[in-house]
Amino acid sequence: MNEQLSVEHLIGIKGLTKSDIELIFRTADEFKEVINRPIKKVPSLRDITVANLFFENSTRTRLSFELAEKRLSADVVNFSASSSSVKKGETLIDTVNNILAMKVDMVVMRHPDPGAALFLSKQVNTRIVNAGDGTHEHPTQALLDAYSMRERLGPNFKGRKVAIVGDITHSRVALSNIYCLKTLGAEVMVCGPSTLIPKHIEALGVKVSNNLDEALNWCDVANMLRIQLERQGGDDDVAFFPSIREYSAQYGLTLEKLKSLEKEIVVMHPGPINRGVEITSEVADSDQAIILDQVENGVAVRMAVLYLLASQIERN
Amino acid sequence: MRPTKLIDEIQFQLIIDRLAHELIENHRDFSNSVILGLQPRGIYLAHRIEAKLKEIAPKTDIRCGDLDVTFFRDDFRRREKPLNPNATKIDFIIEDQRIILVDDVLYTGRTIRSGLDAMLSYGRPRSVELLVMIDRRFSRELPIEPKYVGRAVDSIEGQRVNVQWKEVTGKDLVELHTTL
Repeated sequence: MNEQLSVEHLIGIKGLTKSDIELIFRTADEFKEVINRPIKKVPSLRDITVANLFFENSTRTRLSFELAEKRLSADVVNFSASSSSVKKGETLIDTVNNILAMKVDMVVMRHPDPGAALFLSKQVNTRIVNAGDGTHEHPTQALLDAYSMRERLGPNFKGRKVAIVGDITHSRVALSNIYCLKTLGAEVMVCGPSTLIPKHIEALGVKVSNNLDEALNWCDVANMLRIQLERQGGDDDVAFFPSIREYSAQYGLTLEKLKSLEKEIVVMHPGPINRGVEITSEVADSDQAIILDQVENGVAVRMAVLYLLASQIERN
Repeated sequence: MRPTKLIDEIQFQLIIDRLAHELIENHRDFSNSVILGLQPRGIYLAHRIEAKLKEIAPKTDIRCGDLDVTFFRDDFRRREKPLNPNATKIDFIIEDQRIILVDDVLYTGRTIRSGLDAMLSYGRPRSVELLVMIDRRFSRELPIEPKYVGRAVDSIEGQRVNVQWKEVTGKDLVELHTTL
């Protein structure tokens, strides 16, 4: 059984082993217990400084990381590109080097460009946690998704069937989820209009369907992804399907569809939800949806990742 | 060098019985008292004492929990091996309760210090007492002393006290290992 992560940075799920993921889950179990105590704080990271560098907008991921860091007693500095010198033309390396000159031990970074976290990890001597890099990976989201499934369905992923439904092409969550679930032994199907499913995705060992009913009848868990209009060419541009209404009619999960299934499936959504588009409000608020569990587990899983990476940092 | 046997199985059980009786004397019906075993090995002693107390006073409601101190230790990033947490199981309120903190060996006192910090995350107890199977006197780095002691052991640097539990190794035994 692993006692230590095999990686120095969390750039993506692709670099993790099954033992790494299981170690993160075991550690998160204990942090989940910590965040449900009357006093939700432990002193483990009290001599560590973490910089949250968000070059792209985020609410829940940034809040979740910040809460995780503060509950571990780390010192936290926040940076968002919209209110920084990036607007004045500063490069990524210059921005980050300036921050690191302030003696930061770990960086949590979200960036619109795929590969930004990997690039940074090769340039600076600090631990990097990828909080989403373009359409590439969002490893902590995949970990918290799988952790939430494990909590609901048990620790054995072998033979579990997970359908990832929606905008697969523009989703970093989908790719990280596929890597994570396949590593743990689950079967994965991606479902959506063919324009939103990348070509050759079968090479990752996943099934493909363009029919939501087929996916729902097949799966134990339906992970409903958000339609990323902002990545489809401009604000509110619908470029990959005829209309939101048509998408919703074909790929939206309604309570009626959920109840018509012969089994009870688990419904997930990484948020933010477009209520009435990917899933209806009734589904989002139903007992089968574990969306708020995902949010709670996000803090515990991120605490585990930060704790395990920080344990490898040598004390000066 | 062969280890020296400090406590055999019969003495082991006698010590647990005595500790349980000492607790009954001081805590009577345990209505405001709870036992907290420190992970990883203090929990075996805590649950043995819990079982003995239930045997001595079957009508008494004994509350016993497991407390993990990993996240409160002061040697995070100072050890060669990473610190992996154990489970904490406390399904009762400790606010205003008399706590009996239990560990198998008291050595430097640092684990108990972490335990006190970890415990305070669950509330403010009325009082805290420390119970240990083995008190390695003269090795303390912090001003922490037990109230209930199974056996005091005077050891020198380079010696290690090994408490074996039936639950783990199949036998109850305390040995002194000398590596010098």
